[in-house]
Amino acid sequence: MSTAVLPPSTNVPAAPVVATGGGPRPSVAQTGVWIGIATISMSFAALTSALVVRQSSAPDWQHFPLPPLLYLNTLVLLLSSVTLEQSRRREAIATLNATLVLGLLFVLGQVLAWRQLGAQHLLLATGPRSAFFYLFTALHALHVLGGLGGLLYVQRRLAGAALAPATFKAAAVYWHFMAVLWLYLLTLLTIRG
Amino acid sequence: MTHGVATGHARPQSFLRRHVFSVDHKVIGRQYLDLALVAVVTGMVLSWIMRFHLGWPETPVPGLGKLAPTGAAGGVITPEFYLALMTMHGTIMVFFVLTTAPFAGFGNFFLPIHVGAEDMAFPRINMTSFWVTLLALLVLLSAFFVGDGPPLSGWTAYAPLSAVGKDAGPGQGVGQTLWAVSIAIFCIAQLLGSLNFIATTLDLRTRGMSLARLPFATWAWFITSVIGLVAFAVLMPACILLILDRVAGTSFFIPAGLVISDRLQPHAGGSPLLWQHLFWFFGHPEVYIAILPGFGIVSQILPVFARKPLLGPRVFITCLIAIAFLSYTVWGHHMFLSGMNPLSATLFSVPTLVITIPATIITLLWIGTLYGGRLRFTSASLFALGFVSVFVSGGISGFFLAQPSTDIYLHGTYFVVAHFHFVMGVAAMFGIFAGTYFWFPKMFGRMMNETLGKWHFWLTFIGVYCVFMPMHYLGLAGNVRRYSAFTDDYLQPLIPLHRFITVAALFTGAVQLIFLFNLIRSRVRGPKAPDNPWEATTLEWSTSSPPPHDNFGGRQPVVSHGPNEYGGAGPRDYVMQADPQ
Repeated sequence: MSTAVLPPSTNVPAAPVVATGGGPRPSVAQTGVWIGIATISMSFAALTSALVVRQSSAPDWQHFPLPPLLYLNTLVLLLSSVTLEQSRRREAIATLNATLVLGLLFVLGQVLAWRQLGAQHLLLATGPRSAFFYLFTALHALHVLGGLGGLLYVQRRLAGAALAPATFKAAAVYWHFMAVLWLYLLTLLTIRG
Repeated sequence: MTHGVATGHARPQSFLRRHVFSVDHKVIGRQYLDLALVAVVTGMVLSWIMRFHLGWPETPVPGLGKLAPTGAAGGVITPEFYLALMTMHGTIMVFFVLTTAPFAGFGNFFLPIHVGAEDMAFPRINMTSFWVTLLALLVLLSAFFVGDGPPLSGWTAYAPLSAVGKDAGPGQGVGQTLWAVSIAIFCIAQLLGSLNFIATTLDLRTRGMSLARLPFATWAWFITSVIGLVAFAVLMPACILLILDRVAGTSFFIPAGLVISDRLQPHAGGSPLLWQHLFWFFGHPEVYIAILPGFGIVSQILPVFARKPLLGPRVFITCLIAIAFLSYTVWGHHMFLSGMNPLSATLFSVPTLVITIPATIITLLWIGTLYGGRLRFTSASLFALGFVSVFVSGGISGFFLAQPSTDIYLHGTYFVVAHFHFVMGVAAMFGIFAGTYFWFPKMFGRMMNETLGKWHFWLTFIGVYCVFMPMHYLGLAGNVRRYSAFTDDYLQPLIPLHRFITVAALFTGAVQLIFLFNLIRSRVRGPKAPDNPWEATTLEWSTSSPPPHDNFGGRQPVVSHGPNEYGGAGPRDYVMQADPQ
């Protein structure tokens, strides 16, 4: 058995090299967040098309008014975006903490809205519209919780004065996207009601 | 473009951190390849059992009666168990082999080195994506060990049978739920992996590594990850809807008035076609997720062994992008038989035919690259050439399937089995083999045995043609697919051909033992590999074999050349990317 190797290259040059470091560290965090936003958008686009197809597939779309609490929750989420932006511009902890509290309030508000619907016997399996309502709001809330995790990380780094502005920007972009996504979902759930 | 590659993780000291829970992309790449190896052996054994049964339907499979007492009492497979084997074979092969090995495996190992980076953009996420993949595989395999066994509804899990639960047959209870959960988990892993590939390619390129200078394999991995990002982002919500239909009583995919196993299903209003649309919107791009890394690997290997630059590198990349775009417009060609409007069928047929144009151009570029080249026949180049052969063989049958008029006859037959096994399964496998023979010296610092490699190539090449070529004839003769036996009907005269295919499949499978032996033996006893055994140009060949923990020994390569500079005059007929200007 021979192990044929091509003629050994006697003249393989070493890579010309420079020392690592120097130059700004690229903001991979921001790239990552934008890629994440693209992915999440695609998932919700798929679910939107599922909603449209499902609504037209059978005459069992049940109309019910959305819990008014949702509009209050919307305000809370939008406010959290404002406080986050203030925090980012001034690198202020207090407004960041306010964002965290408002974010948590939003999720709690969503849970309360589910309980209100549940009290009306509108559950996940009651009909297609309630199914999509719970699905959209739950998936969005999960993503918001993920965002809260990211903001907690930002808060710890900021407190330790070890936060790169680009990382803060990345977290903020994600958080604002959560607000935009929620506005889209609320609109969809309203006009497709 | 930004510069600077430091991801800044020091080489860890503990065994667990270095070899098991490692954030090093090279370790993760090898872990993906090892996972794919386990998966491919499992999937192949399943296909052997199926093939044996198709050839000799009434003969017990030795030992199987003990392994599967309900599905194969006395060793003879029930039709349901045949479907379970088929489902698991397809799922394991498509997700855990064809997606995992050429993309996640080789891509993880070589993409960061190709761009001149120390590691992936997000090493921890990278590690997570591997462990999540392993979890998905374990969840899927656990279906073998639950009460009524693995699911029956194929790797495509068509609703409503996949959605209604155990009324639809053995395995459609817990087994099908495990399937849906496994695939949802797999989607998370792929999304995390794609995120890393894209961010690394965009942000961590070293000095001088413009997009135009990216190696072809890395271009292919990059575009594959873009496809994967969109495709898996659709499959995951689809799986969530399926799981909800199964466990939460919703009716996304289950229509009203559905009676299965004499029981009226307690669901209403769902659309079974919705699942098909969501699934194939993922499923067709998935074909390109499996095959584009092969395109990249072959395009990287052929110039090395033809000692000529790849013909039309910019055309090649443009075609890859065109394929990525078009791959999202063709999913309906999987559904010509689903009762779609003939106008819709035509609308899906046209892009399906159009997508063959960039694929054909790429094939012509490969052949043009070989023309006038000084070919060096190694195991790697033989498998790359074999890739071109099987891809063309499988691609040609695609023309017939792209047209509703012929597809309606052929779709439910072995013609389709032949088509997708050639163009997706075997071609992607040849890409994996080519990549393994080509990069093994770099990955493990040792050469593989070329004599064994060439035996492996020729016997596999002949074997796969013996297995899949006759299936075209079976399909034209009207041999339906997915059936477990053809003993009682007009297809009985075709059984001798099935036996031939079975023998060829067992033979081709046995030949893979040569590869396994070579793989294991070379890892331990192969001769030491030089840094650049194939006289190639890309960055991985500028560093040691295997590369150090940070890939370039604490220093950052500077790139002054494209990846395609072969065939020059002088004592050395190639220019490496890291050579000075």
